[in-house]
Amino acid sequence: MALVLLVFFAGLLGHLLWHGAAGLSWELFTAPPRHAGRDGGIAPILVSTGLILGVCMVTALPFGLGTAVLLAEVTQRRSWTGEFVRRSLDTLAGVPSIVFGLFGNAFFCVTLGLGFSIMSGGLTLACMVLPILIRTAEEGLRAVPREYRLAAAALGFSHASTVCQLLLPAAVPALLAGFILGLGRAMAETAALIFTSGYVDRMPASLWDSGRALSIHIYDLSMHVPGGDGRAYASALVLIGLLLVINAGAMWAGRRLTAQWILVA
Amino acid sequence: MYTTWWPPITLSHSRRDQLLRALLWSCASVAGLMLVCIVAFLILESAPALSHPGWRRFFTDAAWHPTEDAYALWPMLAGTLLSTGGAVLLAAPLGIGTAVFCQWYAPAWLAVPCRRLIELLAGIPSVVFGFWGLVALVPLINQWQPPGASLLAGICILTMMILPTTSLLAQASLAQADPDALRAAAALGFGRWGTLRRVVLPSCAAGLLTAGLLAASRALGETMAVLMVCGNVVQLPSSLFDPVRTLTANMALEIPYAAGRHRSVLFVSGLLLLLLVISLVGSATWVRRALRHV
Repeated sequence: MALVLLVFFAGLLGHLLWHGAAGLSWELFTAPPRHAGRDGGIAPILVSTGLILGVCMVTALPFGLGTAVLLAEVTQRRSWTGEFVRRSLDTLAGVPSIVFGLFGNAFFCVTLGLGFSIMSGGLTLACMVLPILIRTAEEGLRAVPREYRLAAAALGFSHASTVCQLLLPAAVPALLAGFILGLGRAMAETAALIFTSGYVDRMPASLWDSGRALSIHIYDLSMHVPGGDGRAYASALVLIGLLLVINAGAMWAGRRLTAQWILVA
Repeated sequence: MYTTWWPPITLSHSRRDQLLRALLWSCASVAGLMLVCIVAFLILESAPALSHPGWRRFFTDAAWHPTEDAYALWPMLAGTLLSTGGAVLLAAPLGIGTAVFCQWYAPAWLAVPCRRLIELLAGIPSVVFGFWGLVALVPLINQWQPPGASLLAGICILTMMILPTTSLLAQASLAQADPDALRAAAALGFGRWGTLRRVVLPSCAAGLLTAGLLAASRALGETMAVLMVCGNVVQLPSSLFDPVRTLTANMALEIPYAAGRHRSVLFVSGLLLLLLVISLVGSATWVRRALRHV
C-alpha cells in the first residue's frame, strides 16, 4: 500500500521534472514575461512574491511573538482569556484559505481601501500564518527549562528582561522553525491571493501596486493561457525548489542552533 | 499535552513589566479577535443576500444565474460534499494503511525516509497538485471517459492532497499506543497482526477518527486543485465522470467580477463553508476529548 503511494507521488514529481527541466534557464529568473507568460521569464513575479512574503512576515512576526509570550509566560494555565485566545487560534488554523481571501478582499481591499495590492495580499497572508507562528513559538517557549526562570527571578531580573534576554534567545530554534513553517505556508498559498493581491504581472513599483505571486502565475498560465504549459512547468519547479530549500534551511538551522545552545548551556 | 507547563513567575511589578504586559495583551487581542473579526465580516457582507433572496432560495432555485436573480447554491454544495466525501473515503484507509506500515511493519531504514517523503508531500502547494491533475490526470481520464475534467478527477486529486495529512496524523496517534498494553499483548503471545487489530487500532480509534475529520475539513476548504480539475460546470453530477463546481471554486471564479447581490451571495457560501469547517474541527476536538478515557 505504501509502495503504491510512493509510486503515485514519484509519478507526480517525475512528471513535473521531466517536462519542466527544459524550461529552467537563466532567462527565466531575469526576464519579464512576454506573450502573457508563454515566453520570457518570471522575474517580476519572483519580486512580487518576495514582497508579499515580506509584508506578511513583517506584520505577523511581532503579533505572533507577542501573543506566544503572553500565552506561555503571562497567562495562567486555566485562565479563560488564555484559553479563549488558544481556542480561537486553533479554529483559525483550520479556516480554509479561500475564506481568508474573502475576508482580505472585504476588509483590506474594500474597507481599508488598499485595493488589489501587494499590501492587501501580504496582510491577508499574515492573518493566515498567525496561528502557526504562535503555536510553534508557544511550544518553544514552554520547552525552556523552568530553572532559567527561577534563576532570573533569583537574580532580580524584571519580567521584561527575563523574556527578552533569556527566554526568547533560548527559544530561537523553535521560533525559527515556526517562522519557516509560516513562510512555506504563505509561499504555497494561492486561493487567498487571487482576489487580494491581483493578477498584474508587471514589475511592482511599490507595495500599493498589484503583484502576481508565483503560485497564481502557475494557475493563470495553466488555466487561462493556451500554450502556457511550458512556463507553468518551469514555474512549478521553481516553487517546489524554493519550498525545499526553505525546509532544508529550517532543518539545518534548527539542528545547528540547538546543538550550539546545548553546548552553551 | 502540556507536559512542561509551569505557572509563570511574575514577582516584579516594575513599570517596564506593566508596559510589556500591555503590549503583549494588545498583540494577543488582535490575534484572538481575528476569528471573530472574520466571522463578523462574512456575516456583514452576506447580510444583504440573507434578507433577499433569503437562505431558502439557495436550496430551491432551479439554476445559478446570479445576474438574473437565480441563486441556486445547492449544486455547488453537492459538488463540495461529494468530492470531499469521496476523497475521505479513499484517503482514510490509504492513510491509515501507510501509517500502520511506517509505524509497525517497515524496517527502520525504510520507515524514516518514508515519513520524510510524506512530510515533503504534505508541503506541496495545492496549485501544483492542481496543475499536475490538469496536465496528467485529466487527459488520462479523458481517454477513458470524456471530458476528463470531472468529479472523479477532483476526488483523485483531493485524495492525494489529504493523504499525507491523514497519514501523519494517524502515525502520531498510533505512536501514542499504551506501551503497557503492548507488553501485555506480547506476554499473551499475540502476533504483530493480532496486537495491531485487537490492541492498537481499538485504543487509537479516537485519534484515527480525528485524523479523518481533520482531513475532511482540509478537503472541504481546498480551492485551487478542485478548481483546476473539476470542470466547473454548475450541475448535479449524474455520474463520477460529470464535471462539477464546488463552493470554493465558485467563489474563486466569480468574486473578481461579482458586485452587489451576487457578491453578497458568494459571501454567504463562504460563511457556509466556514461553518462546515468549524463544526468539523469542533467535532474532531470533541471526539478526542470524549474518547480519550475510554
